[in-house]
Amino acid sequence: MINTDIKKVIVLGSGALKIGEAGEFDYSGSQALKALKEEGVYTILINPNIATIQTSEEIADKIYFLPVTATFVEKVIEKEKPDGILLAFGGQTALNCGVDLFRLGILEKHNIKVVGTPVQSIINTEDRQIFSDILHEIDVLTPRSVACDSIEKAREAAKKLGFPLIIRAAYTLGGLGSGFCSNEEELNKLAENAFSYSPQILVEESIKGWKEVEYEVVRDVYDNCITVCNMENFDPLGIHTGESIVVAPSQTLSNAEYHKLRSLSIKIIRKIGVIGECNVQFALDPNSEDYRVIEVNARLSRSSALASKATGYPLAFVAAKLGLGYGLHELKNSVTKVTTACFEPALDYVVVKIPRWDLNKFEGVSKTLGSSMKSVGEIMAIGRSFEEAIQKGIRMVGGGMHGFVGNKAEMEITDIEGELHNPTDRRIFAIAEAMEKGYSVEKIWEITRIDKWFLQKLHNIYELKNKLTPFNTLAELPVDLLLLSKKQGYSDFQIARLVLKNPDTSIQADLLKVRAHRKSLGIVPVIKQIDTLAGEYPALTNYLYVTYNGSEHDVTFQHDNKSVIVLGSGAYRIGSSVEFDWCSVNAVNTIRKEGFRSIMINYNPETVSTDYDTCDRLYFDELTLERVLDICDLEQPLGTVLSMGGQIPNNLAMRLHKQGVPILGTTAEKIDNAEDRNKFSAMLDRLDVDQPRWSQLTTIEDINRFVDEVGFPVLIRPSYVLSGAAMNVVSNKDQLHHFLTLAAHVSKEHPVVVSEFIENAKEIEVDAVAKNGEIVAYAISEHVEFAGVHSGDATIVFPPQKLYIETIRRIKKISRKIAEALEITGPFNIQYLAKDNDIKVIECNLRASRSFPFVSKVLRTNLIEIATKAMLDVPFEKPDKSLFELDYVGVKAPQFSFHRLLNADPVTGVDMASTGEVACIGENFYEALLKSMLSVGYRIPKKTILISSGPTRGKIELLESARMLKERGFTIYATGGTHHFFQENGIETEQVFWPDENDKQPNTLDLIKNRKVEMVINIPKDHTTREISNGYNIRRNAIDFNIPLITNARVASAFIYSICKLDLENISIKAWNEYK
Amino acid sequence: MRKVKLILEDGTVLEGKSFGYEKSVAGEVVFYTAMTGYPESLTDPSYTGQILVSTYPLIGNYGVPADHTENGIHKHYESDKIHITGLIVSDYSVGFSHWNAMMSLGDWLKSQQIPGLYDIDTRLLTKILREKGSLLGKIEFEDQKIDFVDPNLLNLVAIASTDTVETYGEGAYKIVMVDCGVKNNIIRCLINRNATVIRVPWDYDFTTLEYDGLFLTNGPGDPAICTITVKHIKTAIAQEKPIMGICLGNQLLGLAAGASTYKLKYGHRSHNQPVLLKGSNRCFITSQNHGFAIADETLSEGWESLFVNVNDNTNEGIRHTSKPFFSTQFHPEASSGPTDTEFLFDDFIESVKKNKSGK
Repeated sequence: MINTDIKKVIVLGSGALKIGEAGEFDYSGSQALKALKEEGVYTILINPNIATIQTSEEIADKIYFLPVTATFVEKVIEKEKPDGILLAFGGQTALNCGVDLFRLGILEKHNIKVVGTPVQSIINTEDRQIFSDILHEIDVLTPRSVACDSIEKAREAAKKLGFPLIIRAAYTLGGLGSGFCSNEEELNKLAENAFSYSPQILVEESIKGWKEVEYEVVRDVYDNCITVCNMENFDPLGIHTGESIVVAPSQTLSNAEYHKLRSLSIKIIRKIGVIGECNVQFALDPNSEDYRVIEVNARLSRSSALASKATGYPLAFVAAKLGLGYGLHELKNSVTKVTTACFEPALDYVVVKIPRWDLNKFEGVSKTLGSSMKSVGEIMAIGRSFEEAIQKGIRMVGGGMHGFVGNKAEMEITDIEGELHNPTDRRIFAIAEAMEKGYSVEKIWEITRIDKWFLQKLHNIYELKNKLTPFNTLAELPVDLLLLSKKQGYSDFQIARLVLKNPDTSIQADLLKVRAHRKSLGIVPVIKQIDTLAGEYPALTNYLYVTYNGSEHDVTFQHDNKSVIVLGSGAYRIGSSVEFDWCSVNAVNTIRKEGFRSIMINYNPETVSTDYDTCDRLYFDELTLERVLDICDLEQPLGTVLSMGGQIPNNLAMRLHKQGVPILGTTAEKIDNAEDRNKFSAMLDRLDVDQPRWSQLTTIEDINRFVDEVGFPVLIRPSYVLSGAAMNVVSNKDQLHHFLTLAAHVSKEHPVVVSEFIENAKEIEVDAVAKNGEIVAYAISEHVEFAGVHSGDATIVFPPQKLYIETIRRIKKISRKIAEALEITGPFNIQYLAKDNDIKVIECNLRASRSFPFVSKVLRTNLIEIATKAMLDVPFEKPDKSLFELDYVGVKAPQFSFHRLLNADPVTGVDMASTGEVACIGENFYEALLKSMLSVGYRIPKKTILISSGPTRGKIELLESARMLKERGFTIYATGGTHHFFQENGIETEQVFWPDENDKQPNTLDLIKNRKVEMVINIPKDHTTREISNGYNIRRNAIDFNIPLITNARVASAFIYSICKLDLENISIKAWNEYK
Repeated sequence: MRKVKLILEDGTVLEGKSFGYEKSVAGEVVFYTAMTGYPESLTDPSYTGQILVSTYPLIGNYGVPADHTENGIHKHYESDKIHITGLIVSDYSVGFSHWNAMMSLGDWLKSQQIPGLYDIDTRLLTKILREKGSLLGKIEFEDQKIDFVDPNLLNLVAIASTDTVETYGEGAYKIVMVDCGVKNNIIRCLINRNATVIRVPWDYDFTTLEYDGLFLTNGPGDPAICTITVKHIKTAIAQEKPIMGICLGNQLLGLAAGASTYKLKYGHRSHNQPVLLKGSNRCFITSQNHGFAIADETLSEGWESLFVNVNDNTNEGIRHTSKPFFSTQFHPEASSGPTDTEFLFDDFIESVKKNKSGK
């Protein structure tokens, strides 16, 4: 029976998106909250991730934008006095916090029941020794392993087990600190690293090369168990499942293997005592039915979100209900509404997940894939053949790829064998290249151990390419072959490139020729429904995908001018993440409320926008021109919304417009006017609006001439990047020369944009909504950092606290001019530079920006709702709220994931590097900043700090901070220049030596490695190579030894001010709706 | 390539491509939604007379396992041969990969003269069968016309059953198994539990034999045809020796218990059927393959429903209220499918043990 004592619960969220813990927890948390609400349970959500859907008023009853740590959660518990707490929906962050709350006795003290899996069960799965002991009790095999608490013990264990071995750190996220080693030297290195994350490490037998298979298992209070989905990794064991291509259901397992692992999963979940959902990962011998259990996650996970989307089974929703005491058989299948939730979905399609990496964004990072996770997002592709699904998937990942074959020669892979042996983010293309070079399936298998079934399927795609290329015109291309290519997932683009073979400049026209040709032959795709039961029962939801492997649509199309299509944001990546999902979902909600039929196109399994009940129709499919046109042909919508999903839909504007697709809001021509640098610049000149001087140049001589004119530093944006980041600021001729010769390419074909870079300027953002060129709502926010830090990496304050009234007035005026000139209808964002009262426009985007959820939530005015109404041309109330009357402040802080990106330099710059963000609200700037920074993992230092303050400006900025710390009894360690500067200004510091002065003590690196400092402040000063490498070593070691690091002087001084002036005990614990 | 079509009695015609034996065949078209286990399903005698449509589109991935025997039965197959009449899939996997594979699915079908078609919209087909119920159909090669055949008018059990009495295992408990088209895994499940299995033909008068327990197997077609078997079972239920039945065995026990059976619209053929143990909160995921069912309300005095299907409330098993007789509509022996209810064999053997020692 269901537990009616639970009337009020706390749900813990997962905080900022980071590598290993991303959007999937917004999805699972939102579902859980929905389920609780349906049961009349009062929900209190703690999550500082302001851009999520779950932190919306209609989802949770009360929301706290606070760090998910025991300290803050206890304060909320004291205030709210809940009956229960849910730990399983906020990833590892919530789980760790739950274990802390349990161990500190906080749950017992306040008599709080854990809803769902008990904490002891969680601990049993997290501590690897307990875990394997428990499994051995029920005769379930785990890799032979030894838990060690010292390097000596690890070496002993290695002798016992024999190399190769895998080293794992306990209690870490997504395989952090894990790796393979094949000799003692490698072991020492790995073990030292693993110990830096955890006091316990595991030395295990290596089963590299085995198949990796996962099961999502559900159990209720009556001990009823189901496995909702199984998934097979394309890559064999050795590559983290978050880094691997994954297919669902498994493809190469026989019935005996499938059900052997299935029944083991159930045996395990029963032993552990999970109530709700858990995930079991297996290694399966490719040559027998031998297996090992690798891991159990007693919580919702990335895999469970994927499984939910892959099957249509709402795992998080069901798990929350089971936590309240329902039996599985007492719940309905939410897709059919007539059958029970106690069943195992039958798929009649195949699903492929592919990770998205953004390793190019980082300086120095290792690109090799291994047992720890580096990807920042993922996509899910659905097809009725593997070939169709994987080719769709490769396009969805982005990065300019068009499928398994038919990509540009630019993806040149010279060391094929090396890439196959040591896979990188280009693994799949290395396989394509190998096939191109004549490697057989057998040979590729020998090197990679990827199951031959997958390789044969890829080979089918490759072979078909060879059948297409002998033809040169569409007329001579056999119809059967064209149809087969479409069934194998070939896009019109690929066919155009392989058959027509024209230069890339005419590809857009050519792909439309292919489209017209195939349509004239009746070669068009069909729409199929995901229904959880493979057609056995009718589905009542419209969860759809597009396929060529079928001859009938599952749905009908009403051409009644009532459908509005919203294009989603695609894979999460650095620069485009959950905030665009929030925008998309809010647009869809508004469309529905206004009586239109909402249609969503998106393919990111981590999102709420791809939940089948978010919209009236969900096309879980590509956001390519071809696919959007296919869907528009069928739906004939009233309009499409391109301004909610970030840059992907925005980039389609002109091409969709030219094909006659109706676009809602700002016209495609105007979007183009803002996107095209020359057109936009000319417009600003006409409007008499200032902008940093810039020029598009094609020779080094021209660049030098331009730099002589504007002076250093300058911002360089090459159109063709050889390596490293795409944008860079250079301060002198050497750097300029270095960058232009080594990192970028300058030529007529690849021009470089050089802009004047204004130092020590404030950066200001305007997020606004206009209708017919008139601004109807806006929010102005300011960056804490000076310009030069990408707006996605900046700490942003709203409302602004330190802007001149005159600056604000000028910004409003310019914004109005631009809105009018571009005849904007809908959301837009303008970025400004302000120095004194000089205002310059940097950029204008005629779409929702990353900061829309932040300002909307702090303002308590939904700018997306207003924007959507403006675009739909329905009446809306113009908010009259004056922005400066807010009695509180919101601060948004970036979340970096450098600890997962081996060797990456943890600095911020003009290109974005953060993977997520949080925002907290406070009584004043410092309180909000402190909460935000604690939310992204900073800890308050108590006694020691290392300061290396970089350029003079940094030293001056930090002088007052140092004084304050000193007054509070801190020991300040400082590197040479900083030490002398502070000393001259009367502040005692301990001098420490640079990493390369390793003969002198104390050395910065020893300080860090021995954890003698609680925080590192290192302000980069890019002058000499020596300082760069010293600075890098300090920063990287701080990350690797898990010591909080700040690299911006203005953020550092604000943080230090906060910790010196504020007492954590007196910090305000207020829910969002208490800020009025 | 010869053109080949799947033609349904309602007039639907779907063109496909052949990957099996090239021969026109006719039968009853049914769909199954399992995602694994095609070698097991194809050799399941309960599919006799049926053209099988796989809703899972990718078939043939792991080939067909080697033909080993163990204890006198095939280790990886559910009987000696492929029993389906034809196979319809969406995407046949020409390449296959498995350590245990001996040949491709296509070659296996060819070797046993069974046609197979791919490149057919199996979801479309499934929806037709869902709406209209199972239909007669034929796989027709362009130059080889044939007529529709209704296999349910034939005595399919007689076709699927054995002609001889055979004994398996050397266990302590003597189980007479009435073979209506038995799956090998039922025999395996029994001999693994210390039983000696005496397999007899469907119409064999087993009442004359010495035994400790009676087992009624699965099988194809309409149970009402098996009047002689029902007559023998009626004799058995007058006695006290434990009886267990599966699938057709459930229906036959039901008929013997005075109940009537009826044809379901499109049957249950899948690995994900939820069944609830009556009067409890225990729900099991089961493997199923049947087109007929017991009408619960027609059960006579002394009998009751044991399991019920949570999706459509159809009967999933019956038992006697006082004697050790029970049967299930689903397949506790799985193969293919989930093994969650295998414990029912333990229950059966336990009651055999008890009954035997009680003597």
